[in-house]
Amino acid sequence: MTGAGGFGRMRRKEDQRFIRGQGCYIDDVQLPGMLYGAVLRSPYPHARILGIDTLAAEAHPRVRAVITGASLHERNLAWMPTLSGDRQAVLATDKVRFQGQEVAFVVAEDRYSARDALELIDVEYEPLPAVVDARRALDPGAPVIRDDLPGRVGNHIFDWEAGDAGRTEEVFRDAEVTITQDMLYPRVHPAPLETCGAVADFDQVSGKLTLWETTQAPHAHRTLYAMVTGLPEHKIRVISPDIGGGFGNKVPIYPGYVCAIVGSIITGQPVKWTEDRSENLMSTCFARDFHMRGELAAGRDGRIRAVRVTVLADHGAFNGTAQPSKFPAGFFGVFTGSYDLEAAHCRVTGVYTNKAPGGVAYSCSFRVTEAVYLIERLVDLLAYELDMDPAELRMRNLLRPEQFPYTCQTGWTYDSGDYPRTLRLALDLAGYESLREEQEAERANGHLMGIGVSFFTEAVGAGPRQHMDILGLGMADGVELRIHPTGTAVLRISVQTQGQGHETTFAQIVAEELGLSPDDVEVVHGDTDQTPFGLGTYGSRSTPVSGAATAIVARKVRERARIVAAAMLEVDAADLEWEPGRWFVRGDPDQGRTIAEIALAAHSDLELPEGVEGHLDAACVYNPPNLTYPCGAYVCVADVDPGTGKVSVRRFIAVDDCGVRINPMIVEGQVHGGLADGIGMALMEVIAFDPDGNCLGGSFMDYLLPTSLECPAWELGETVTPSPHHPIGAKGVGESATVGSPPAVVNAVIDALRPYGVRHADMPLTPAQVWRAIQGRPLRTDLAIG
Amino acid sequence: MTIRVAMTVNGTEYARDVEPRLLLIHFIRDELGLTGSHWGCDTSNCGSCVVWLDAKPVKSCTLLAAMADGHAVRTVEGLEQDGRLDPVQQGFVECHGLQCGFCTPGMMMTARWLLDRNPDPDEAEIREAISGQICRCTGYENIVRSIRWAAGHPAEHPA
Repeated sequence: MTGAGGFGRMRRKEDQRFIRGQGCYIDDVQLPGMLYGAVLRSPYPHARILGIDTLAAEAHPRVRAVITGASLHERNLAWMPTLSGDRQAVLATDKVRFQGQEVAFVVAEDRYSARDALELIDVEYEPLPAVVDARRALDPGAPVIRDDLPGRVGNHIFDWEAGDAGRTEEVFRDAEVTITQDMLYPRVHPAPLETCGAVADFDQVSGKLTLWETTQAPHAHRTLYAMVTGLPEHKIRVISPDIGGGFGNKVPIYPGYVCAIVGSIITGQPVKWTEDRSENLMSTCFARDFHMRGELAAGRDGRIRAVRVTVLADHGAFNGTAQPSKFPAGFFGVFTGSYDLEAAHCRVTGVYTNKAPGGVAYSCSFRVTEAVYLIERLVDLLAYELDMDPAELRMRNLLRPEQFPYTCQTGWTYDSGDYPRTLRLALDLAGYESLREEQEAERANGHLMGIGVSFFTEAVGAGPRQHMDILGLGMADGVELRIHPTGTAVLRISVQTQGQGHETTFAQIVAEELGLSPDDVEVVHGDTDQTPFGLGTYGSRSTPVSGAATAIVARKVRERARIVAAAMLEVDAADLEWEPGRWFVRGDPDQGRTIAEIALAAHSDLELPEGVEGHLDAACVYNPPNLTYPCGAYVCVADVDPGTGKVSVRRFIAVDDCGVRINPMIVEGQVHGGLADGIGMALMEVIAFDPDGNCLGGSFMDYLLPTSLECPAWELGETVTPSPHHPIGAKGVGESATVGSPPAVVNAVIDALRPYGVRHADMPLTPAQVWRAIQGRPLRTDLAIG
Repeated sequence: MTIRVAMTVNGTEYARDVEPRLLLIHFIRDELGLTGSHWGCDTSNCGSCVVWLDAKPVKSCTLLAAMADGHAVRTVEGLEQDGRLDPVQQGFVECHGLQCGFCTPGMMMTARWLLDRNPDPDEAEIREAISGQICRCTGYENIVRSIRWAAGHPAEHPA
């Protein structure tokens, strides 16, 4: 590994503070006079609030304030907008609508007293029937959850369609083979190791609010706080310090953040609020909860012709999904996958239930996760039906390199890719053919060995702002680059790392473009007072959007340097040529100036051409022309114990194509993390509910995450197909493995169970679920066993 | 009501009057200001809070500060000695053993404990040693490699 140069493996700059315990996460922020907040939450999934008695809590000697929905109502803050244009209760006024909903907020002098005081608040509830099964939400007579919304009669939120229903029906009608399968992508949770929290500090003299919070989108949050609180936006400073993992969980605004702000305004002192693990799992942004019916039409020769899907999407009690506003089902429209189809159609219906709000999180690329799972399970089901090898079936149907740019049947234009080469590489790395031979021998011995294949096309880097916005904020991102007189640089970015290594990769982009050492480029992020506006980091958008902005701003600086160098050398700028770090006179390489020399001159008394300002600094806003479409081919080898149903992942081979890799070490690390997510979701993770609406995934005792023992040593490979529209040819990669790996694991397990004739079982494939599948009675995994 | 709690942390004596129920992790973080050790789950599952109590890794979210009274605690801040990084720290940098960094201090404390007892652990032994701790970013692979790197560079560890 080197410490200089542009692209390539390079140790991360940010590691130095983390390995010394000197990171600064939200709970590490300490301010003089700081108070502590705690949230009282509803024990009921659905209940009317008859009364809240806070007198005893207020009498606690260390309590400084108790806030309820009624007191927020006086400030017009009892409700706040969600990222989907719905509204969400900050503190409940009329009803509670999910177990764990925020009801009251206590501010005390220490965190233990704040918790104690929660016990002193007496809330009188009238329990109401709860809707926890999305499939019952639209029943006539189902309890209406959102009676706060004028004119609403049921729990229906939206219907959304993509593709051509008529054309799809035609293909299905004359298809030789059709496959139908109901499948659930169960509710899961991103569960970053650091829970959510905030420290609010309202200065009553200047009227300025400084808010440290766990956010992946500090600028968008600042704008929303201005809209919600009425504080002017320039009097709000949002600081996102080191973030202990986000994965989408830290995109929304949570009631606790707003309560901390109000607490600071009321008390005149800084207020810290950090949630505990149960609060994080039970009340913050979940993911998935997609009930899908997938259909596939094909020829007997294995030619896939059309895909059709209907989805029931459980959005919980408030429609708080975080995705571009014109896409209520996110980017699920890419369910056509990596195949050349004649027709496709999907219809998605969103419903309210008495479950926590959220819905687009956990590294899902705005629901590409669900789309890839659907199509990759259907393809395996087709292989089963036709008794064909699933890898061969995919190879036969994959898009060919010459078809790019390829516009799929639902209108998404894939930018580039070499799918057959990527799949072939994965199969070769796996030793696929000999694995199949081994499997045959194992089966003969009664052992259950499975080989699962998946191929995914991702759609990341939202996005072109004529199509993509969140609450009216277009998804373009700004960047500013300053070159100091001595030739070192400061880059200010709008996106927000949660572990992705932005301080290193963004420095590498500047270094590559200007011929500097990455060590000479400081990357500033996570402070709205110090960085330009942009929508933040999620949906694998940092490199596709802000990475592009960074390359372009560096090229602007390079062109400014050219003019200054021309003045220094007293030649025409057109006569200069660039080599990394230096402009020189064409034909006379000795006559040249380095960036550092040019930077100093740009700040000096050098006479510049008319109209040319001094300095080299530049800024830009990047509005991407399209998404980037990374792809990958994954192979999972798993063994199943027929006696217990326990699944062991023996090997996992992942070949990713994310275009040009800025820092391959960081890319591989991101893939590793996503593969672990895939094992977790496929085998362990689910937020389930009992019939009364009790959340059964409220701690790490119940919501199981993969450890070092469930994860194999990952085997990676790569292909590189640059994005034709990205300035450095890069594509996003942060979520690729999370998107692509669950179907590979599930396909492997179902393949292992083939001797039992198992066609499908829903995730998570826990020992109980696998065992029941072997018995021919798969479980409904999102509900407690009745 | 408060009680007097005294302990050695990274070689320095500390004494504080604290609530009897104060957790060790909160004592370390809030009373001593050593925020390198993290709190992550309350239920002893995630291991973000792992520190040493008398040279043995413990989950400090599940110990009372009072239970550490009279004992010696070592935290991530005590890994670097005389300005020299522990090979475990260097290994995590060399092998990209961390991303968000939240689990890292606990992982490194367990890794140092393992290497002190088993200077040349194989992959399975490393995976077993860290199996009580959760990392959400790395998929564990590079943590294993980081600890192997440290095992291969013992000379740099100050005796």
